[in-house]
Amino acid sequence: MNAHDQNAQATSGVDTMAAPAHTSDGARAGHAAGDAAPVTGGRASAVGGVILRATDLCKHFPVTTFFGKTKQVVRAVDGVSLEIRRGETFGLVGESGCGKSTLGRTLIRMYEPTSGTVEFDGKDITRAKGRELVDIHRRMQIVFQDPYLSLDPHMTVREIVSEPMLVDQRLSASEIDDRVVEILDRVSLHHDDMYKFAYEFSGGQRQRVGIARALSVNPDFILCDEPISALDVSIQAQVVNMLEDLQSELGLTYLFVAHDLSMVRHISTRIGVMYLGRLVEVAPADELYENPLHPYTRALLSAVPIPDPDVARASSRQILTGEIPSPLNVPGGCRFHTRCPLATEACEHSDESLVEVCPGHFVNCIVARDRAGK
Amino acid sequence: MAAAQMTAAQAGVPKAGKPKRQWTRASAAWSAFKHDKSAIVSITMLVIIVIACLIAPLLPIDPNATDVAHRLAGPSAQHIFGTDQLGRDYFVRTLYGGRVSLLVGLLAMLTSLVIGIVVGTVAGLVGGFVDGLLMRIVDILSSVPWLVLVTVVSVFLKPGLTSIILVIGLFSWMEIARLVRTETQAIKGRDFVQYAQLCGVSRTKVIMRHVIPSALPTIITASTTSLASAIMTESSLSFLGVGVQQPMSSWGSMLQDSQAYMQNDILMAIIPGLLIVIVIFAFNKLGNVMRVFADPQVMSGERD
Amino acid sequence: MADQKRTQTAGADAAPTREAEEGEGRVAPGAASSHELLRIRGLKTTFHSHHSLVKAVRGVDLTVYDGDFLAVVGESGSGKSVTMKSVMGIMPDNADVEADELTFDGRDMLAMSDEQRRCMRGPDMAMIFQDPMTSLDPVKTIGNHLREVLKRHRGITGKRADEEAIRVLGQVGIPSPEQRLKQYPHEFSGGMRQRVLIAMALCCQPRLLIADEPTTALDVTIQAQILELLQRLGKEMGMSVVLITHDLGVVASLCNRVAVMYGGLIMETGTVRDIFYRPCHPYTRALLGAVPNPNESRTGRLESIPGSAPSLIDPPDGCPFAERCSFTSPACTRGIPDFIDYATGQRARCVFSSDELDAKQEGRK
Repeated sequence: MNAHDQNAQATSGVDTMAAPAHTSDGARAGHAAGDAAPVTGGRASAVGGVILRATDLCKHFPVTTFFGKTKQVVRAVDGVSLEIRRGETFGLVGESGCGKSTLGRTLIRMYEPTSGTVEFDGKDITRAKGRELVDIHRRMQIVFQDPYLSLDPHMTVREIVSEPMLVDQRLSASEIDDRVVEILDRVSLHHDDMYKFAYEFSGGQRQRVGIARALSVNPDFILCDEPISALDVSIQAQVVNMLEDLQSELGLTYLFVAHDLSMVRHISTRIGVMYLGRLVEVAPADELYENPLHPYTRALLSAVPIPDPDVARASSRQILTGEIPSPLNVPGGCRFHTRCPLATEACEHSDESLVEVCPGHFVNCIVARDRAGK
Repeated sequence: MAAAQMTAAQAGVPKAGKPKRQWTRASAAWSAFKHDKSAIVSITMLVIIVIACLIAPLLPIDPNATDVAHRLAGPSAQHIFGTDQLGRDYFVRTLYGGRVSLLVGLLAMLTSLVIGIVVGTVAGLVGGFVDGLLMRIVDILSSVPWLVLVTVVSVFLKPGLTSIILVIGLFSWMEIARLVRTETQAIKGRDFVQYAQLCGVSRTKVIMRHVIPSALPTIITASTTSLASAIMTESSLSFLGVGVQQPMSSWGSMLQDSQAYMQNDILMAIIPGLLIVIVIFAFNKLGNVMRVFADPQVMSGERD
Repeated sequence: MADQKRTQTAGADAAPTREAEEGEGRVAPGAASSHELLRIRGLKTTFHSHHSLVKAVRGVDLTVYDGDFLAVVGESGSGKSVTMKSVMGIMPDNADVEADELTFDGRDMLAMSDEQRRCMRGPDMAMIFQDPMTSLDPVKTIGNHLREVLKRHRGITGKRADEEAIRVLGQVGIPSPEQRLKQYPHEFSGGMRQRVLIAMALCCQPRLLIADEPTTALDVTIQAQILELLQRLGKEMGMSVVLITHDLGVVASLCNRVAVMYGGLIMETGTVRDIFYRPCHPYTRALLGAVPNPNESRTGRLESIPGSAPSLIDPPDGCPFAERCSFTSPACTRGIPDFIDYATGQRARCVFSSDELDAKQEGRK
């Protein structure tokens, strides 16, 4: 509690941190204690066993000099361990450059991990190659952020949607037509649309085509890489509702990468917060928003604009000073200590991994953990 | 449910849908053509020239029949372009020369296009060592003055139309390869190409399906330039005397022959020269129009 | 709500009556002062493209008061940006701008020459954009950018210009401004570049600052910094701010008045509390329902708005929202609806009053 006393003044508006987390009302989300027990947020969905597990996952990108020698490495993902359960939506949030997209793409093996392991459905897929990798990608699909850049402008919707299912499969033209019509129906597009080019659609409809393409191979797991951030507000809700419907109809598991924190709370079962290549906090959605423990999560959440004038004006914002350090040169110790309002000397040396401070709620901040009474 | 979808698929899928879409692109290209006066004029002239060259063998005049009595005659009813130094009908010779020039241009362009696209896409898509190797070859080939290269090689090859086409085609693909490589590298980073690779679509299919269609506008521009320069190269080679051999003629060789009689009969130089200029200009214009057809973004309008 | 009155005036062709009404010094509630800084009436902007006319703005009436913090909210293609760019006079050549009335601080902008309009940009009104990099020259230092603006608009040069530049950079919260003056735009992060742009605008000491989606490209924590900066500067310098945005969350915490645009028209105007707590237009209601509140636990599905925005090449004759609206009646497609004025000063362009909409909604349940 010493740390709290010292920093209490510096952190006006964050004093609930002193309260042990499990006494908070938000802990109801994590009531189903126990390791393997499903933890659901506000949403009632059938959540099963672990479908995807990452252990100490790293993805570093070398920066080469003019002569091809490796000069530095960008530590885009640097030691992330997490579990995603079947049927849930795991939200991944963080600022640009925190490595959330890279983490998502490494998890579905679009990128090869530098170190660590990825297990999908009980099988180690860290070093999968060739045919095996193609089979994995039939089960793990991706929906991209920009519906303008992710669809080939030279292809018709039929060609786009059928592309993944034609790999290693011989289908007759009418079989393809049937399948494409069925999928377009699922994403509420008209079957006549399949002879149109992507540029004939609006942004929201294009994103539907992108989702249809991902669904064409009946995947279990879909990485939604900021699928709504390029869309208009009124269209975002359409796409989010559709993703939710598809999830309950088809039993899909989502990894939802986003920077829109309001939408993430709405759609996610659990949420992970990333900072500089690390997960700093993982908790059920409501628990994270009602009882954030990590000072970075608190700062991030307090910066979210609230669409309610009275509440927005009454709440005090905790504005972070400085900017996110370069992933080329990550600070030692706790990565957030350079900007953290609660940082103590110990933070400069501690390099903690995530610790469960109350059921289902993990955090890697030593100060927050002490406060939570662990 | 499945049955309902089946019928929907069978009844509701208009097979006429696709041609209609292609048609919108064709009409975009048509309107680009209509609004460009110089394109209308030059492409019309190109069409007339090409047809005239094609039907030349139907004319009852032998291009190689000499008539020394009427050498270097000016235009007349009998010889509308006059005659050359051996009294051959210059109009018919021009048409026959056009057959050679256009054929050389077209085939040499195709040769260099195929090599350029293959080298460019492979270098761009595979990258790394392969890219380095191919690009160094391109650098070496393009650093040797092409005229020296072509002249030396044509000395070793049996003179004739085939060797000219090969020589020009084999040594003019470097620029296309460079352009296609740059384009490929840009397309490689796009989400839809990464997605195709993720799904296990083979490299050849990625190239055929995504890379080439996206690079098509660039390829079309490059190929019209390449066609023009092939005609020019052939002309220069013939001008230097290492091109087509007598009695066969091309516009280039006719230009060369004419230089000795420039003072007597200026028309002998002007006619093939003018035709070369018109044809090259028209092909460039044609390239512009075709680029509109190949680029669907033209139709997509603005994005906000 | 019962004392609302229906004006027959608000159609685009009935300007005189409306002016008579507003001419009595009626001030929009929530406005900081009664002095009209910018007055826009009947603004229409049309783009000529190859074979079509894009009617981006189709008759906008808007007033900005002294000290106002006005939000113009809308989705892409609603005409929000085009409206303010038309007022600034920075439209491309293929755009046609028409207006019944356009005054700034009582001066008639329609009667001005292009040169006079150009002179207004800077000291009278300045604009900042979503992508700061497009407004900055990559080969010039930040100091050069600022000195140029100071020289052009305030005639300050030499040492005094440097001092002033450093002062302004400090004012927008850029640390160690002396060193920063010598740096190039690429050495700045996105948030810092946006601050530089604001600093450039501040150098001219404008009376009206138009911020076009200034935080869309930025992260939330940086967005919070920039928005707070805008709010602080607006108050400190007595500057009016027009914030163009699609983010209702941003509007709620900052602005005092809101104008909601859709399909090239203003659909509803009112104070920020009226718009958020008593929205009178179905579009505003739908938009608010489509945005989840980060402070509330999930309550169910989002209320999505079906369909997509109408084409501006051939906009519908009636209400542009009619096609997607859940309250549509035959009257909606018969022509663009007039505004209904409410006692609170709120106005909504809908054939139904707020009470009628409420009753319809009740009836449906």
